[in-house]
Amino acid sequence: MSQLPTLLAGAGVFAAEETAEAVVAQSWLYDNAWLVFTLPSASFLLILLFGKRLPFKGAEIGIAAVSTSFILALLTAFTWIGDVQDQIAHGGEGEEHSLVVTDAGLGGTAGEAAESVAVALTAEAEEGGHGGDVRGAPVINEVEWFGIGTDANRAVLGTDANQPNQAPADDGHGGSSFSIPIGTQVDGQSVMLLIVVTTVSLLVHIYSTDYVHGDRRFTHYFAFLSLFTASMLFMVLASSTLQLIVGWELVGVCSFVLIGHWWEEKPNSDAALKAFLTNRVGDIGLLVGITVLYFAADRSFSINTINEMATSGAIERSTLTIAAVCLMAAVMSKSGQFILHTWLPDAMAGPTPVSALIHAATMVVAGVYMIGRLYPVFYEGFGIAGGNINLMAFIGGLTTVGGGALAFVQRDIKKVLAYSTVSQLGYMVLALGVGAYTAGMFHLFTHAFFKACLFLGAGSVSHACHHSFDMKADMGGLRKYMPITFTTFIIGSLALAGIPPLAGFWSKDEILAGAGVWPGTGGNGTFTIPFIFGLITAAMTAAYMTRAIWLTFFGDYRGHAHPHESGPRITIPLIVLAGLAVVVGFLNMPSPFVSAIGLPSSWAHKFEDWVEPEGVASFVGGENGFTHASPSLSLAIVATLLAAGAGASVWLYYKRLYARDPKATEYTAETGSIMTQVGALAVGHKVLEEKYYLDHLYTDVIVGGTKGPVARAAYWTNQNILDRMVDLVGTSSVAVGRFVYKFIDQGAVDGAVNASGSLAEAFGQILRGVQTGQIRQYATLLFGAATVLVAVFIIAV
Amino acid sequence: MFINQFLIFAAVLFCIGVYGVLTRKNGVLVLMSIELILNAVNINLVAFGALHQHVAGQVFALFVIAVAAAEVGVGLAIVLLIYRNRRSINVAEANLLKG
Amino acid sequence: MIHLLAQEASPGAMSDTGIWISNIFFYVIAAVAVVAALKLVTTANVVHAALYLLVVLSAVAATYVILGAEFAAATQVLVYLGAIMVLLLFGVMLTRARIGADSDLDHEQRWIGGLVAAGLGAVMVYSLWEGFGSDKLPADMQPQRTQMVSDEIFSTYIVPFEALSVLLLAALIGAVVVARRD
Repeated sequence: MSQLPTLLAGAGVFAAEETAEAVVAQSWLYDNAWLVFTLPSASFLLILLFGKRLPFKGAEIGIAAVSTSFILALLTAFTWIGDVQDQIAHGGEGEEHSLVVTDAGLGGTAGEAAESVAVALTAEAEEGGHGGDVRGAPVINEVEWFGIGTDANRAVLGTDANQPNQAPADDGHGGSSFSIPIGTQVDGQSVMLLIVVTTVSLLVHIYSTDYVHGDRRFTHYFAFLSLFTASMLFMVLASSTLQLIVGWELVGVCSFVLIGHWWEEKPNSDAALKAFLTNRVGDIGLLVGITVLYFAADRSFSINTINEMATSGAIERSTLTIAAVCLMAAVMSKSGQFILHTWLPDAMAGPTPVSALIHAATMVVAGVYMIGRLYPVFYEGFGIAGGNINLMAFIGGLTTVGGGALAFVQRDIKKVLAYSTVSQLGYMVLALGVGAYTAGMFHLFTHAFFKACLFLGAGSVSHACHHSFDMKADMGGLRKYMPITFTTFIIGSLALAGIPPLAGFWSKDEILAGAGVWPGTGGNGTFTIPFIFGLITAAMTAAYMTRAIWLTFFGDYRGHAHPHESGPRITIPLIVLAGLAVVVGFLNMPSPFVSAIGLPSSWAHKFEDWVEPEGVASFVGGENGFTHASPSLSLAIVATLLAAGAGASVWLYYKRLYARDPKATEYTAETGSIMTQVGALAVGHKVLEEKYYLDHLYTDVIVGGTKGPVARAAYWTNQNILDRMVDLVGTSSVAVGRFVYKFIDQGAVDGAVNASGSLAEAFGQILRGVQTGQIRQYATLLFGAATVLVAVFIIAV
Repeated sequence: MFINQFLIFAAVLFCIGVYGVLTRKNGVLVLMSIELILNAVNINLVAFGALHQHVAGQVFALFVIAVAAAEVGVGLAIVLLIYRNRRSINVAEANLLKG
Repeated sequence: MIHLLAQEASPGAMSDTGIWISNIFFYVIAAVAVVAALKLVTTANVVHAALYLLVVLSAVAATYVILGAEFAAATQVLVYLGAIMVLLLFGVMLTRARIGADSDLDHEQRWIGGLVAAGLGAVMVYSLWEGFGSDKLPADMQPQRTQMVSDEIFSTYIVPFEALSVLLLAALIGAVVVARRD
């Protein structure tokens, strides 16, 4: 049995080569995937060069390029889906799924579930065992970027990307040659993100023509929007970790530029710097992690090779753990995970469409995407199979709860959404951390649409309210003035809160099932703590979105502008995104549901079929198998009830508040301080008998409990502890220094320190003499030094 | 004819040019010394062209002459600017880089 | 003289006498050039320095003729002696250098410059001596005709040539921008 994973991987590689060849022959689109990111980058240059002279100041070039990319991405996706469907039709995969489908209990007992998992496992093991068709093998097109060594050696290397172990060959002269290929990797995961990026980018481009209309750097804005799209697509299609780094940094630069779009105001440029610098922290992890993987995988940057070696066990477990921890740091900074998330809310200083595109839908999911790309590394490195908790699941869980709590106390509608994004990103990382790969990717997919919808909706609202984002001061009652924005925002929020049958429900439910705690779900382990975090967040999400909706759209208008519905260039993207937020969830319906409503079973979990890459699929059925959790109706009902209940409580809270004072935004004096509310919680049973039973329950226990102490504490932690951590370290080291100085340092050490100090000072003074500012003297030194060097060279050689 | 007679002649001119650059205070004289250096290099190029019976040496010498023309133009403009600002072209007085 | 030397350098193998004459010419020219160059860097008169530079540049042009590079020699005369010299003289005049001796042209510590130059010279002469000790120019040395030069420039070196034209344009604009009064 211990030999099995290796065998499986070998079979996988073989099959991958075969299918790759067959598919490449079929599709021009796979070969030319590079066009998808080349077009927007060309548009970047064109806009910079000619944008200002064109009638629409460069926006038309950007929109043309991105829509072409969008069409290419769509065609690629259709081709991909077609190929995968063919493979399912011809291979044994379809049967395997129907097996799981029929046996998976619909919220059945634990015993039943265990049995169904066992059946699924054996089915998959058999499937892999006879080396069947591997569904969704990546299509890789690579060219040599550069190589060192003789041509003969290099001809052997780097040309066949599907060949694992691109070890450097010895060229017979004691040196070694190597080759670094670059190229595109088209597989389910990259195609999925291509669709996300191009769709959202296109809609954001259209939206921006109205939103930043008349801005003094309109052309510049569109140029960088194009560059961002190009960089993101480049990263998505990367076939090697080197390209991944390049794309990763490029999107970081674009994010920096676009956050600081209105850099004349200090907070904006500060926010841009903060985003950039915080990301540098994680980048160190990325560099180290990828270097570790490069050497571990016999000097290969190829993502496919690394994944295969990680899966087959060719790389040691401890090495994988080190690499995974390093890469996790990068994920924490880029995808706003606790404790490096602080830049993301500040990044809302940028224009709202930028927030929607970069800081909600695409760039911030780069970290999640990277985990997905190198999933075998994380899966093996963190020992996800059969585990209870690991770093990734824990960080994800912490982030999802922490972010959700912080979203309660924000006045700024964009910050609510920003913390919500943090929370949802935590959800994705949590999903990947518990081994629910498909669920995490699916949540990434659905989240991109409804969160972009929400951000653009917030932008539309602020467009109507004199560019203010303050919900308490400048909003309220806007549903009467802007019905389209209101409707789409509601749809987006419901999707985010996970209310069926909108998109968020399906993906969130899959993640909760994937934690493997609920009876009958199976999964990869028993991740109790992440599961509880996930449930809490499900409730909190509904609650804070209800609060945001009430403050923005209900009650009486509190601002001083004359709100009005935005123009069609703003509302059409909103409608499209809201529509997507409704329908994309149906891509991955669980099979029991599909059979329950009488659809053909082939309609179930299409997303899983299409997206799950060969690298992950190939270890399905291994000894520490990667399994899909079974859906559970009871879990879905519980999670939905939690969300609906939390949302309804907040709703009633505001409803009562409104009854007292139409302009009020929160209880103040009449409900007393937070401490009495907590006291009320302590003597809960007495409160039950009181007249304001509901009031107390909603305001004090649920809302107050979350919104008050927990949220404030979390916010306080965020603002004070994390932000001041650096200060604290500095202060404490000074204190330690004083202590040491006072009691230890006065004697011999002091003399040595002083001596070295004055020595450095003296050298400085001497060297300062050289810096006379006399060009003649510099030239003398230059020529003199050159003479000496040449003389040394002559004598030595 | 030995190739060395040309090369050593060029080397001597080069060193004289370096000496001029290092000792002259007057900006125009520094420029003249730089011309000496460039000419020394050109002699080398033409001499090697003759040695290998290849026209590339001469072509590069021509390129160097063109670059030298550009260099003198810009250099004189800078010297004039210094003169206009300081009423002197003593390069020893231009020491804003002093540390 | 140019005509004569070109004749000497051109057809077939040069006779011993031809080489002799060429050598004598070279040494005379080189001696003149070195002396003029030394005067150039030591003279106390800026205008004299310009005239010495004229001598050196002419000598270099003559050296090109000896080496059979007729087009380089012509360019040297046209560009250096014609254009660059005039530019330098303009520079001398526009900066109102004193006409006549000026004791304040050199730095005080000339010996450092001399030391560096001498060291550099020693290193270069030594390495040239070691490197090309007995290499001779081919006895049947052919002059490189202008047509050959133009063929080479406009085929192999067309890209550097175009780049150079852009450089000249940039230098032109740069010089105007730097020197104009605003």
